Amino acid sequence: MLRAEGLRHAFGRIRALDDISFALAAGETLTILGPNGAGKTTLLRVLAGLIHPQGGRVALEGGRRAVGWIGHAAHLYGHLTVRENILFWAALYDVPGGARAARTDAVLARVGLADRTGQPVRTLSRGLLQRTAIARALVHDPRVLLLDEPFTGLDLAAAAEFRRLLHELAAGGRAMVLATHNVEEGAELATHVAFQRAGRFVAFTSRAGRGAPEIADAYRRAMADA
Amino acid sequence: MNHIRVGRWISGGALVLLAGVYVRALAFTPIERSQGLAQKIFYVHVPAAWATMLAMGLVGIASILFLLVKDDRFDRFAESSAEVGTAFSLVMLTTGPMWGKPIWGTWWTWDARLTLTLFLFFLFIGYLLLRSAVTDAGLRARYSAVLGICGLVLLPFIHLSVYFFRTLHPQPIVLKPSAPSLPGPMLVTLLCSVTVFTLLYVGFVMQRYGIAVVRDESEPRHG
Amino acid sequence: MREMLLHAWLVLRKDLVLEWRARTAFLSTLVFTVLVLLVFNFGRDPTAIGPLDLAPSVLWVTFTFAAMLALNRAFQLELENQALDGLLLAPVSRHSIYLGKLGANLAFVVVVQAIALPLFALFFNVDVGRVLGPLVAVMLLATVGFVAVGTLFSVMVIRTRFAELLLPVLLLPFLIPPLIWAVMTTAKLFAGRPLSEVVGWLRLLAAYDIIFVALATVLFPVTVSE
Repeated sequence: MLRAEGLRHAFGRIRALDDISFALAAGETLTILGPNGAGKTTLLRVLAGLIHPQGGRVALEGGRRAVGWIGHAAHLYGHLTVRENILFWAALYDVPGGARAARTDAVLARVGLADRTGQPVRTLSRGLLQRTAIARALVHDPRVLLLDEPFTGLDLAAAAEFRRLLHELAAGGRAMVLATHNVEEGAELATHVAFQRAGRFVAFTSRAGRGAPEIADAYRRAMADA
Repeated sequence: MNHIRVGRWISGGALVLLAGVYVRALAFTPIERSQGLAQKIFYVHVPAAWATMLAMGLVGIASILFLLVKDDRFDRFAESSAEVGTAFSLVMLTTGPMWGKPIWGTWWTWDARLTLTLFLFFLFIGYLLLRSAVTDAGLRARYSAVLGICGLVLLPFIHLSVYFFRTLHPQPIVLKPSAPSLPGPMLVTLLCSVTVFTLLYVGFVMQRYGIAVVRDESEPRHG
Repeated sequence: MREMLLHAWLVLRKDLVLEWRARTAFLSTLVFTVLVLLVFNFGRDPTAIGPLDLAPSVLWVTFTFAAMLALNRAFQLELENQALDGLLLAPVSRHSIYLGKLGANLAFVVVVQAIALPLFALFFNVDVGRVLGPLVAVMLLATVGFVAVGTLFSVMVIRTRFAELLLPVLLLPFLIPPLIWAVMTTAKLFAGRPLSEVVGWLRLLAAYDIIFVALATVLFPVTVSE
């Protein structure tokens, strides 16, 4: 569903991606753990097609239309209402005109914003803004989800609800790439784990039934060795 | 480092030759009958104009090449050429009025080619300001390439538009379809001077390019 | 091609809704434009220079300033929540984003001009009605040229320091050719000269528009994609 082959990218002499390869099938989730500046965001931006990598290639079934993106920023217009924003993005992602309104309302209800649809986005709190961003990313029913620190700004209850949603989506056959520096958060959803440091995957393994504490332990060791 | 050294030699040689050209222009080239001594400035003005146009043209071409192959060397070259071009356009803009005052009776006139060169100067300034305003090296290279290409496309339009204003400027005398109308010795002096200015351009750009290389090596680019 | 225009239309419509919601930018530009007309009126000695002598220059210098102001805010809308990245993530060609932005800016400037023109006729006592058709043609042709280059440059300066200062410095040399042709055409029209005398300039304006719209459409992706 999603395959990266030998990705390389540098900003000047800073290597953001150094020979990164992996493949994900439907239903699999890759969690990328790494400190700030490891190149996690660059990798996601390359996968999403925002950056043309200097080397290697990305094969993505369905192209940009199949990607849902949740990043640091919400990518929403403050002067439009929650519903208008989602309708706009649905149209840009070619959700058919007849289905647009129904999809929008369904996805807004799913993230718990059914009673906020008429509110201008600029008046939303950080947590509600993040929920709207999640709705934006899901409105076109993407097959691949790219998540860059997606829990930022969500309170505990909302984060738990969002994790439940992600589990559901994975069970429904989506492939996901989740970048985070929070081991507990990332380990829970993962079927595969990669540790990224200075642009390289220093480890890439199937999770194989290991619990979060084990992964956290391995992560600390990998970072200390490198 | 190498670029700087070679560039310095070429520039030095060109400056010596420039002195030679001026000896020839003042002592061995006949004085133009109607314009008198003031016409001598023409041997600096026209070659400076040539070097400015050359610089702008090469900024545009280097910009296109940069976008095609994404090689930093083209960006560095465009940067160097723009800075050197700015200097030559200043020479052109100062020598023009110095010649215009005795001949036209006015320092400045909105003559077609004079206006064109003024806009060349402003295009160069805008280009350099844009470069200094963008901190990210990758963005800077792409933005300035876009501006360089637009500038190249703009030139014929500026030429077309200012042409409609009645021009006082002497008509082109070397590069025109019929045979050059400049008397032999003057033409030879002019061509020598054009060659020397081209050498000066090459020398300056090489030095400036070398400086850019050293800078890029000492300050890694951030993304 | 149809898809590209459809996406451009979506971006355009979204921008116009945003402009309408936050009318401050539009109203400020409009008030500024009227004030420039007033300043010009008091900036001349009425006993020495008749209003008609100055009218074409006043009209076009005012329109140039108005366009500059409008273009400065063109991509401001997209900075909030990094909405521009959202547009780039969507399965939408970069060309359609440019064309949509161009259309929205054009609409913005044309509406300002449509309101300013009657006021100009009033202040400077010019019988605009007599030459309205050709005058509108010149205004449209020149404005397309202004906005085509301006939209391209405004996306470049928006993330620099001193964006508001840099845009005019970069843009003004590019506005000179259409400005010269527009002023000369307008002067001929106000002087009651036959249309055949201005056809040449109208052609030049059209050529400028075609070349710069095409060039900017081709170059725009370079300014937004890494």
